[in-house]
Amino acid sequence: MVEAEVRMPEEAEVGPFVRIHVTVNGTPREAEVETRTLLVHFIREELRLTGTHIGCDTTNCGACTILLDGKAVKSCTILAVQADGRQIRTVEGLAEDGKLHPVQEGFVEEHGLQCGFCTPGMMMTTVALLAKNPNPTEDEIRHAIAGNLCRCTGYVNIVKAVQYAAKKSQGGGSK
Amino acid sequence: MIPPRFEYFAPSTLEEAVEILGRYGGEAKVLAGGQSLLPVMKLRLAEPKALVDINRIPNLSYIREEAGGLRIGSTARTNDLNDSDVVKRRYPILSDAAAVIADPLVRNMGTVGGNVSHGDPANDLPACMLALGAAFVVRGPKGTRTIPASSFYKDTFVTTLEPDEILTEIQIPKPKAGQGNAYEKLEKRAGDFPIVGVAANLILGANKKIESAGIGLTAVGPTALHAKAAADSLVGQAPGDAAFKRAADLAMKLAEPVSDLRGPAEYKRAMVGVFAVRALRTAAKRAGGGA
Repeated sequence: MVEAEVRMPEEAEVGPFVRIHVTVNGTPREAEVETRTLLVHFIREELRLTGTHIGCDTTNCGACTILLDGKAVKSCTILAVQADGRQIRTVEGLAEDGKLHPVQEGFVEEHGLQCGFCTPGMMMTTVALLAKNPNPTEDEIRHAIAGNLCRCTGYVNIVKAVQYAAKKSQGGGSK
Repeated sequence: MIPPRFEYFAPSTLEEAVEILGRYGGEAKVLAGGQSLLPVMKLRLAEPKALVDINRIPNLSYIREEAGGLRIGSTARTNDLNDSDVVKRRYPILSDAAAVIADPLVRNMGTVGGNVSHGDPANDLPACMLALGAAFVVRGPKGTRTIPASSFYKDTFVTTLEPDEILTEIQIPKPKAGQGNAYEKLEKRAGDFPIVGVAANLILGANKKIESAGIGLTAVGPTALHAKAAADSLVGQAPGDAAFKRAADLAMKLAEPVSDLRGPAEYKRAMVGVFAVRALRTAAKRAGGGA
């Protein structure tokens, strides 16, 4: 039997560390992070907010989309230290007092998901889109979600979900 | 994938940033948007000992038109080009390119400065900068110097930027009367790197003939290519397909595409011709020269 060589990490193999302060879904958080920690790992493993998913880890799929100072970005391609002093919003920050955000409601009502893996990222991109453009055309919606890949739905119901949310956010109620 | 370990600096002045870069003697990298740098670090294609984050330096993220032309601060985001009215109205080639760089999420982080200075021949903005006759202002230990885009790109990921220099501003000459430009990109799917891209800038004289022209090519050489002979062939000509096809032929001759997953070299070379004509037609239309 060959004995596997077990090598314990030396102390020098972690770090360097930086202390960061961020506001996450309205709550100030402070942590010591390794400089190389990716924002998505900080969010999932340090803050334990696992609604933000890791999909491709190569800046393609958008499953890790969060809002950084209100802009939709891919948290797998940002260092946690880059978020120092900034506002982070994740899918956990959408519902308020147990009431779903209009975007969440849209995805439920219009069946905007099947497996659900892309959904948190898709919704965060939608929140940013509607903040900037409250009444987007179908073309504008499709361009806005170009960085969020869905392999189940074919996007048709996602577009409908965004349209539902747009209408709902403007006080139009459900259709 | 997690990048290898590195020291992290977030200086608040350019002087400090340049000093840190100098201290690491080529082993440090500038972190702007990180949308190209972090992926190559994850893949261990780059393992810098230190990152110098320039995002905390004030007044480096702007897009404004001055007497001399457009001034873009190096940490302006690619999406800022899409949101800028002056860009849309007066520098439409930049709107064309910014709309097809990666996807909206990447464009919210990725910077204009990073796109032009990374030295990736597949980045879309360098060809536009070559076509427009842009210049890059860089800050180093000895002060500031200005490098024309036409002498900036040396080889793949190699530019004339020294390891202790930082790109601070992109300068684009003010459009003249009768000027029009466009960027045309062929891509396999939305957000992908280009198979080919062609940037074209035309200035028509009072007699409606082409007074000067600039053409840049993306993804068909070790760097973005400055198609000078192709552009010069247009000078004195009436804008139209006859002149555009001659210029496109010269651009195809200059292109040195390689066969890869995005297509065989012969196909890419042919597409340079097709997309050069398209970019020139749009540029001429925008210049008010019909075609």
